[in-house]
Amino acid sequence: MPVRAGLFVEGPPPALLAGHCRGCANHHFPRQPVCPYCSAETVDEVLLRGPGRLWVHTAVTAAPPGYEGEVPYGFGVVELPEGLRVVGRLTEAEPARLRPGQPMVLAVVPLHVDDEGREVLTYAFAPGDTEPRDR
Amino acid sequence: MRAVEVAGIGIHPFGRHGDRTVTDMGVTAVRGALAEAGVGRGGFQAAFCGTAYGGVATGHKVLGALGMTGMPIVDVEAGCASGSAALMLASSAIAAGQYDTVVVLGVEKMPKGIIRSSFFEPWQEEAGLAATPAYFALRAARLMATSGVTKDHLAAVVVKNRRQGVGNPDAMFRAEVTAEDVLGSRLVCEPLHLWMLCSPNEGAAAVVLRAAGSSGARPGAGAGPAPVRLAAAVLRSHLPGAVLSESTPLAGLVDDSVVPPTTLAARVAYEMAGVGPEDLHVVECQDTDAARELLSYEELGLCAPGAAADLLDSGATSLGGRLPVNPSGGLLSKGEPLGASALGQVVELVRQLRGEAGPRQVPGARVALSHTVGRGANAGVVVLTR
Ligand SMILES: [Zn+2]
Repeated sequence: MPVRAGLFVEGPPPALLAGHCRGCANHHFPRQPVCPYCSAETVDEVLLRGPGRLWVHTAVTAAPPGYEGEVPYGFGVVELPEGLRVVGRLTEAEPARLRPGQPMVLAVVPLHVDDEGREVLTYAFAPGDTEPRDR
Repeated sequence: MRAVEVAGIGIHPFGRHGDRTVTDMGVTAVRGALAEAGVGRGGFQAAFCGTAYGGVATGHKVLGALGMTGMPIVDVEAGCASGSAALMLASSAIAAGQYDTVVVLGVEKMPKGIIRSSFFEPWQEEAGLAATPAYFALRAARLMATSGVTKDHLAAVVVKNRRQGVGNPDAMFRAEVTAEDVLGSRLVCEPLHLWMLCSPNEGAAAVVLRAAGSSGARPGAGAGPAPVRLAAAVLRSHLPGAVLSESTPLAGLVDDSVVPPTTLAARVAYEMAGVGPEDLHVVECQDTDAARELLSYEELGLCAPGAAADLLDSGATSLGGRLPVNPSGGLLSKGEPLGASALGQVVELVRQLRGEAGPRQVPGARVALSHTVGRGANAGVVVLTR
């Protein structure tokens, strides 16, 4: 099950559930009822599937508060063709094996198994060889 | 608008203090500030208390322990800038004529390790997205990718601040370190190593503000130290769109022109104080991590965009340089008790402006700037003059 409802669709292919504002034409994520950039209430839900390009990255080596999954894990920002930079986990936990600008595809990955035995899933970005389309 | 001055300062050293409570530490700081100002019970008309983790009615507990209540006491939470926010409220009220004398305090007693924050949603924690040092690391990595900043520069900031902290009896760490020590400490999130990150800790600081020229001192009190003018105390939040903003959004726009909250606050503070970055003699800035200090150079206008590494390399920001930054040792030496950190900076700068900073004194300092920025986003910029 998704770590939070309304964040992404599992697919395949997976997609982020984002907002697109009719007022300022910007995208935002996660989708909100009001545009965070211009305060318009004319927001449509859109699916963002990537691929994108890695903008900046690191790795988390110690479990942050409230996190029950494995460490280390990759962490970074990916630029999507829709003009959005999205924060997310990276499937590659060794920063030296990634370089800014490289293509990244959207993935859905397991985090941990919850108290009721369900596998909790989240979105992540994985190195890919599909070039993103130009903006 | 009336001018505002700092009539007294007090501090409880930053560090680890065992069983001492936020109340105990706050009392120490407030008593020190009141004594310097010559202000006693009944001598102030309001109090503002900066704290993020202190809990309900922290300011009431501190002033209640001193038997000094009845006036409005307001707790203020603005993350790392909580103390700046309290200063802004207090100074605005004095400038507007609402009060003549106000106590401003900041207190915190933080747990060790990465700070758990109610700021993040539980699912963000569960997904590993509440990793505060990772956001610092991404900011550092971008700074390195877009300027001449290298990992050696990050280590050099730590070496500088820890060397300066040796002379500060209120700092937690008072031993010099080498770049090799810093780069050899545990890697937390590439490019940040453990010693490049400040330690959350415990402490308190307080100031008494009053309308310039007003006679807030009780009869018979000594003349006290020369007052320092609070020329500006400005708080700003973030504008939307910057993905690595201290507001830690999950997404932002492909747009590098969003003005950061520190710059928003600094522009207003410079205008209010009638000074520019070229007029400053000493700065205390947010060095939560080593890269944050370098970013602050740019965002405060201490150097041109992209020139932070050059400014550091020039020695200008070291004690003895043209514009010493963090002569107190910064948060890297003092540790960061969130609600107290901004007022700790102000205490340091008032000492500098009075010429009371001992081995870390910046000779002839007359214009000083304090800067805090963190979660919210909240950015505070304070200008002090004499
Ligand atoms: Zn909009």
